[in-house]
Amino acid sequence: MEVPTASMPDVAFLLIIFFLVTTTLYMDKGLGLVLPRVGQTKVVPRRNICNVWVNAAGEVAVEGEIVPLEELREEVARRLRANPKLIISLKVDEQAKYKVFVDVLDELKLAGATRISIASPEVKGGP
Amino acid sequence: MGLERRSKVEVRIPTASMADIAFLLLIFFMVSTTFVRYRGLPVELPRARKIKRIETRRNLVYIWITKDGKICVNDILTELNSLEEMMSRRMRENPRTIVSLRADEEVPYGKVSEVLQVLRRAGALRVNFATRRKQG
Repeated sequence: MEVPTASMPDVAFLLIIFFLVTTTLYMDKGLGLVLPRVGQTKVVPRRNICNVWVNAAGEVAVEGEIVPLEELREEVARRLRANPKLIISLKVDEQAKYKVFVDVLDELKLAGATRISIASPEVKGGP
Repeated sequence: MGLERRSKVEVRIPTASMADIAFLLLIFFMVSTTFVRYRGLPVELPRARKIKRIETRRNLVYIWITKDGKICVNDILTELNSLEEMMSRRMRENPRTIVSLRADEEVPYGKVSEVLQVLRRAGALRVNFATRRKQG
């Protein structure tokens, strides 16, 4: 009395094919950020804030000076070296493309910035 | 006068271990498989370099934002107004929720910002901006 095992590979390969076809690679990746709680606003000394602005045309400015995207990383890294407690405040125009926002956020992260605040766009008409 | 066959070696591929190989591969695919849970909306994700994988899928909520401003949460098409209610309910059910924001790269940032404000009010603070990998 013996269990026939000749068709065992066939069964296994069939299952393999099923899993091959249905497999999708794990694709959930991206840039993580933790938002501040509502009402949890802290007063930070001005010298610990570095404002990064992005206008509607996608131009980036660090503390009022326009910086090309390629040089942003070095610029921010330099400021971070000078003051490790620096908080980057990223202010993006409403009309700017999301792509630019992600590019800038990516550069900030590449520069080693861990404390990034994404301020909401200013209300029309100014504060 | 027939030529005599020199060797009587039987040529046969051993198939006994075939099943083992097959099962090994099977186990690999079974373990590495994850199924697509939500179809979502068609979006062109932006690209970035410093990206991280989200380790746990269980706590994940997907929010899609398309070019024309449609918002979709885990396959449910929704509006900005009802998003807050929806997300705060989610947060009550699972306070460890992570939001995977899958916005199209062409979306104006104002739209994304509105959604982020809603998420903040709903208490969904852990956000992940879904991106593709940029080369170089």
